[in-house]
Amino acid sequence: MITVSVLLFASYADALGRSSLELTLAAPATVDDVVARLRALPGAERLPSRPLVAVNQSYTGAAAAVADGDEVAILPPVAGG
Amino acid sequence: MRVALVERPLDPTALLAEVADVAHGASALFVGTVRAVNDGRAVTGIDYSAYVAMAERELAAIAAEVVAACGTPALVVEHRLGHLALGEASVVVAAAHAHRAPALDAVRQVIEAMKRRVPIWKQEHYADGTREWVDPTRASGATPDAGAPRSVGASR
Repeated sequence: MITVSVLLFASYADALGRSSLELTLAAPATVDDVVARLRALPGAERLPSRPLVAVNQSYTGAAAAVADGDEVAILPPVAGG
Repeated sequence: MRVALVERPLDPTALLAEVADVAHGASALFVGTVRAVNDGRAVTGIDYSAYVAMAERELAAIAAEVVAACGTPALVVEHRLGHLALGEASVVVAAAHAHRAPALDAVRQVIEAMKRRVPIWKQEHYADGTREWVDPTRASGATPDAGAPRSVGASR
């Protein structure tokens, strides 16, 4: 089993009612597995099946592996400027 | 080259002074400000928030790319976070170069890449008391389509 810390921002944090949580998953696990678990939570209807994701502060794809202790950030479409 | 996320008012003149040098014949400045109307709705202010650690990293990466591409180290970028009132500056980009084309290109490249890559979000406050997160991937007036975060434009 691995544990990752998940960060949620902006509209996604509002939807799930929190900005961070820890998830424990069976290894090996991917970004897709993390997103699937999140989408099962109450309020996660606004979370797309393929959101923007950064692992340890770098953008990554849905198939990328996640490791114990990783920081997995689920990012709404960015809107700076 | 310098980038920063700050929670105080931005000073475009100070950034322009920071890139100034007698070797530079051209200085270019971009200032993004809070607009009174968006999508036909009266806006009263905007809350900016960020994934700060990653936003700083991504902004620094963009600046380094643009410095290399445009051939000038004279580039400064500041983005403000927190609550901004109408007309206040949310982002300032200043670049200087011996000649105008690279200075103008540098500013343009930074702001365009920033809008695509830097994890910053804005929540608009409207005159009717409501507020909403801005989603640039959603075409104006279209049905919210949470399943396509990268799609731009209408799909009908």
